Amino acid sequence: MFKSFTFGLILGLIAAAGLLYVVPVVDQVRERSIVSVKANGGNRETLHVNLPIDRILAGRADLQTPLPPGLEWPDDALLSGTQIELFKIRNANEKVIGVASRIVGGGEQPFIEWAIHMPARGTSYFVLADAANESGERTGNLRTGTREFSSLSGVVAERYIAEDTTTSDGVSGRLELTTSLVAQAEKVAPAEGDEL
Amino acid sequence: MKYGLSLLLGIVTGAVIFCLLLYFNPFAGGQAISPLAITDSRLLSLTFSSVPDETLILTNDGESVPAPYPAKVLQLWEPTIAHTSAMVVMLANSRGEPAGVGIKIWSESETTDILNAALMVDSVWHVILPGKGTFLVDQQENYWSYMREVVIPAHRSSGDNWRGTWNGVMTVGPNALGTARVTGGSGDFAGIATEAVESRLASAFSVAKGPVAMRGSLTIMLPDEAVDDEVESE
Repeated sequence: MFKSFTFGLILGLIAAAGLLYVVPVVDQVRERSIVSVKANGGNRETLHVNLPIDRILAGRADLQTPLPPGLEWPDDALLSGTQIELFKIRNANEKVIGVASRIVGGGEQPFIEWAIHMPARGTSYFVLADAANESGERTGNLRTGTREFSSLSGVVAERYIAEDTTTSDGVSGRLELTTSLVAQAEKVAPAEGDEL
Repeated sequence: MKYGLSLLLGIVTGAVIFCLLLYFNPFAGGQAISPLAITDSRLLSLTFSSVPDETLILTNDGESVPAPYPAKVLQLWEPTIAHTSAMVVMLANSRGEPAGVGIKIWSESETTDILNAALMVDSVWHVILPGKGTFLVDQQENYWSYMREVVIPAHRSSGDNWRGTWNGVMTVGPNALGTARVTGGSGDFAGIATEAVESRLASAFSVAKGPVAMRGSLTIMLPDEAVDDEVESE
């Protein structure tokens, strides 16, 4: 009986270690990336925010009704001209795939920034010019990224598309982000004998 | 029958011993000293409260502790973001004066490895210091030490709370020295690439409410030429 207990003890130690080694503790739920290939331009992906239902936070000094209800936005001159928003972000199939922050800064050089965090893929950080073009589109660049986005460079375009009528789920418009990202070229050392 | 029972008892005992070895492993401690402590560069120190009621907002799946704040904030219940949390906090400079706003978004990481005492979290800080600029901090954090020395003792306590002093560096990567990556966005920070470390100082934790008294600190190494003297440094 003692032998079987000892055998079980060793088996328990090995099984616990094996289980922790084999079974992932965290396994993020993934949605398929919906990308299209752009000629000589990398991958294009369209993400969007359904307004107002995907807005988690809207904070600005002069906002009459800050979101969420109960938010006490600081009445500090420091934040005048600054708008901070937090959204759920969706893919083209209307599935929520991440959380994104948007900062609008005033002053002499106004800007818009997005940090888009997709748990299963990584984070991308875009800086856009505040001025919109004739079609109401603002453009900017990928400043940096993590994991899937770490080796990419490219551009983003932001535009607001108003719905003609408010949909049954309360959507009155969408904030659309179209990214065109491409892997950065790697310098490869020529092999011996290669003609330059 | 008795051999089967003793075998089963042995397996359970072995598994329990293994868990205890992991938990009490003296080599699996977090670091309390920042890797930036030895730098000659100027440091920008931003502090914030980690207590939910003292943030502007905190949101998660709605079932985790701490509970979302304010109560009516939109929750992150969708399966793809159910292991993600976000908070927005006022950041103070080293004199305790408001310096800006920080948005932190974090997710449980698939690099979590219990065998190596790594309860990993992938997180980003999107920070604006009005009048100075913006930047993004991306980092990997390890919550093992925090769980082992604060959260689990709180669960084991008869009062379901913990009091004491716990000071730990949360950042463990992605840079080689265990520092976070900082990328400048706009203003004085535009174009800079530097390093940062996030640390926490906890003194009270409740099983029901989460952190009751805890402050965080984000320490950023400033490239000498990039930021003017108006930026608070210490």
